[in-house]
Amino acid sequence: MAFTAMVGARIRRREDPRLITGRATYVDDVRQVGTVYAAFVRSPHGHAKIVSIDTSAAKADPRVLAVYTGEDLHHAHGVKSSLPVAHKMADLKTPPHYMLALDEVRVVGDAVAIVVATTAYAARDAVELIAVEYEVMPAVTDVEKAAAGPPYVHASLGTNIAFTMPFAAGDTDKAFAEADVVVKQRIVNQRVAPVPIEPRSMVANWDAGMQQLTIYSATQIPHLLRTQLAVVLGLPENHIRAIAPEVGGGFGAKLNVYAEEAVVSWVAMQLECPVKYIETRSECFQAMIHGRDQIDDLEIAAKSDGTITGMRLKITANLGAYHQLLTPVVPTLTLLMAHGCYRFENISAEVVGVFTNTMSTDAYRGAGRPEATFFIERSIDMVAQRLGLDPAEVRRKNFIAKTSFPHTTATGLTYDSGDYETTMDKALKIVDYAGLRKRQEELRKQGRYLGIGLSTYVEVCGMGPSAAMPAAGWDSATIRVEPTGSITVLTGISPHGQGEETTFAQIVSDELGVPIDQVSVIHGDTDKVQYGVGTFGSRGTAVGGAALQLAIQTIQAKAIKIAAHQWEANPDDLEYRDGKIGIKGDPSKSMTTPEAGFAAFMGDNLPPGLEPGLDATRRFEPPNFVFPFGTHVCVVEVDAKSGQVEVVQYVAVDDCGRLLNPMIVEGQIHGGIAQGLAQALFEEVVYSDDGQLLTGTLMDYAIPHAEQVPHYELDHTVTGTTVNPLGIKGCGEAGTIGSTPAVANAVIDALAPFGVVHIDMPLKPEKLWAAMQPKSNGSVR
Amino acid sequence: MQIDLTVNGKRASLDVEPRLLLAHALRDSLNLTGTHIGCDTSSCGACTVLLDGVSVKSCTVFAVQAAGQEVTTIEGIGNADSLHAMQEAFWSSHGLQCGYCTTGMIVSAVDLLRRNPDPSDDEIRSGLEGNLCRCTGYENIVKSVRAAAKAMRDGTDRHSVRELMPLHPPAVDPPPSGEGIIPKQFQEANA
Repeated sequence: MAFTAMVGARIRRREDPRLITGRATYVDDVRQVGTVYAAFVRSPHGHAKIVSIDTSAAKADPRVLAVYTGEDLHHAHGVKSSLPVAHKMADLKTPPHYMLALDEVRVVGDAVAIVVATTAYAARDAVELIAVEYEVMPAVTDVEKAAAGPPYVHASLGTNIAFTMPFAAGDTDKAFAEADVVVKQRIVNQRVAPVPIEPRSMVANWDAGMQQLTIYSATQIPHLLRTQLAVVLGLPENHIRAIAPEVGGGFGAKLNVYAEEAVVSWVAMQLECPVKYIETRSECFQAMIHGRDQIDDLEIAAKSDGTITGMRLKITANLGAYHQLLTPVVPTLTLLMAHGCYRFENISAEVVGVFTNTMSTDAYRGAGRPEATFFIERSIDMVAQRLGLDPAEVRRKNFIAKTSFPHTTATGLTYDSGDYETTMDKALKIVDYAGLRKRQEELRKQGRYLGIGLSTYVEVCGMGPSAAMPAAGWDSATIRVEPTGSITVLTGISPHGQGEETTFAQIVSDELGVPIDQVSVIHGDTDKVQYGVGTFGSRGTAVGGAALQLAIQTIQAKAIKIAAHQWEANPDDLEYRDGKIGIKGDPSKSMTTPEAGFAAFMGDNLPPGLEPGLDATRRFEPPNFVFPFGTHVCVVEVDAKSGQVEVVQYVAVDDCGRLLNPMIVEGQIHGGIAQGLAQALFEEVVYSDDGQLLTGTLMDYAIPHAEQVPHYELDHTVTGTTVNPLGIKGCGEAGTIGSTPAVANAVIDALAPFGVVHIDMPLKPEKLWAAMQPKSNGSVR
Repeated sequence: MQIDLTVNGKRASLDVEPRLLLAHALRDSLNLTGTHIGCDTSSCGACTVLLDGVSVKSCTVFAVQAAGQEVTTIEGIGNADSLHAMQEAFWSSHGLQCGYCTTGMIVSAVDLLRRNPDPSDDEIRSGLEGNLCRCTGYENIVKSVRAAAKAMRDGTDRHSVRELMPLHPPAVDPPPSGEGIIPKQFQEANA
């Protein structure tokens, strides 16, 4: 791009006026005449047989319009389809996952029946009137117990193991045989809940005249939702319209196709009226996907100078009771990123996916990569600690050199570009690393425990090349130059906080030379926008923005032909300069894009053979993923009397390529850091052994308040990429991926004088206090 | 039950079930959907409104308890023609992403500044402990409240969206060198 004005500037977001004044329309704000309200009867047991369901009292309530059970759907209505799981794994076990449980429930919160009533309150009342008799069955929530044998979540499988994926590269045995030191550690990456502040919300309507289903849903993937609903409901896809209006946060949890979306749609078809379902927060904790939940058994081989030579790894992933859309894919991403930004090439690994009587795990901000970054960054610190080396220097020793990109890793990825040492040096300089280490020494003498944690992460995002994705990885953009000169952009991505209504308008404003307020960016409606894959995997701008750039190129090429015709010039002599069409080397003449657009609309003075109209639809198929990276440094002080952690300083130096709007990028990093820090210190989904969810409300599940998180100091470096025409990498997940290990490494570093090598997250005061007591040493759970 | 109350300066008369929550009365009876609901344990604060000028979580107040009182929702705090300084600050400081918690957060912050017109960052953080945000990591929310406090102390006028829409003034928050130089043509076009 030759000309930069809006791109790179801190433009106020164009989506904000409606949001700050309360005039935005989220799903629950959609008002349709005749709307009725749904509520779900959910399983109170982790595993049970459904003996009987008595719906008579509910049906006798005059406010109740309908009640359907799994049996009603399956037998009376013949709805036998299973919910989708997207994967390319040959041997994956895929037990049925019906929209309402049939005969058996396998997780607390499993939907057993749907009730529809005239008001939301009446629907909730009616749920209480439905008597379900259960015969409780043995449940299993511990992933290793589940992997070892019965009880089985799905008896028909005769095992809880959904898949096993072995992997080997290089000569790991040799690396271990020749190692000076071997570090062995079991790392539990605990289960966490995404908790977007807007819970799952949907309203479906069936237009019987048009035979058209319209569903508004709080989703990140309106088109994929439409496709999957067509399959599940047996409807032609062109008779479904899926709309993601304003969506109140997703974090991957709305990158899914939920049973509720299917059954609410189906009920709307039966009742021929709008059916609204807004889940409660308690239901959200039970039935929205969870994230992480892996046990990573690691062995690292290293030389005495800190050079890492090999890794043995077993990833045991708790998949939950059923597959959701990407459940089995997530732990495979952990394997792909197992060696982080380090050179070693000998890896022997196994991924095991295991069913348990818990909610499905799936893509939660980072999806598989935070787990990898966590264990490799912890490993580096453990190697440094064992060898008495500085953790920064061990990182430096093992970094992939900036001269060796593109770099193909042992796990088969090709890192596009990187300069890990520069971000680390920049971060270390900001915190005055040497000074901090000195201060740490001094404070220790006073019985105060300062900890310094580093995380030098690299992540894979900009999802992704279609060949490497469970479903399509491309995305799309349409640009229309309207007759009066405004420009409409239709994007296939589905932003829900990421700000592309602004960043995409910035790009168009620069490239097509129109004021930014003349550009409208439309998304999230399958009847308005051409097919697009959606917003997840830090792909919105890296893939959707790249498609936009291609569409700009097409528009510019056509506008040049129109100008050339009017000027009786050769199109090859024309160019876009500062957003306008001009003659190369001749500043005397220019034509704006709106002028070319008007000529294209009038159609009476166009080159022979050129179609009227100035619009273009393009799709971008990414040739590779992108690999943003950076260094986060966290400084904590752990109170010896209470085990309380205070974050003293947090510095992040990230590199996600070119910054289209630094303000928005920083916002993404801030939020990401908070979520990753919260996993390190606070958050944990806990199930009892018999499958009860013990952290089922915001009173029990600790997402951080403002006073529990620190101020973040950000800086960045810019290393481009040639993967997309914008030179950008994603930034949505980087903060989450980078922060968790930085915080954990800092806390464990603080406790090093007590002989602590590792403590599993969340690093709550009671665990830390226990680790700091006399006689306590080594790993503490 | 019949209740009379004032909402955003307008009188409202509602026939409500005794158990109806104020949040639902505002959203469903009065169509004031800027008040959001994010939980069922009074934890998230998305539903915060002012009741006789004091912030409350409207999911924890029955509609009947608001009878005879004055309710201010986000819609009454400001609108596109006349933004409250707090709304403007959230916009300018990028204090929101998905926007779902934002309306309650702004209402809480307005009440915070009523009680403490010049809060420190720590006081802002503890003052907003009843409101959860999952997107921003709170960094820019704190920055927004700080900016609004200053604007309100300085007595800055309300602005309309139209006045502010063009561009973030680069002088307030200069982008790194070489970035964000706004050509004259755009400044004029947006003037």
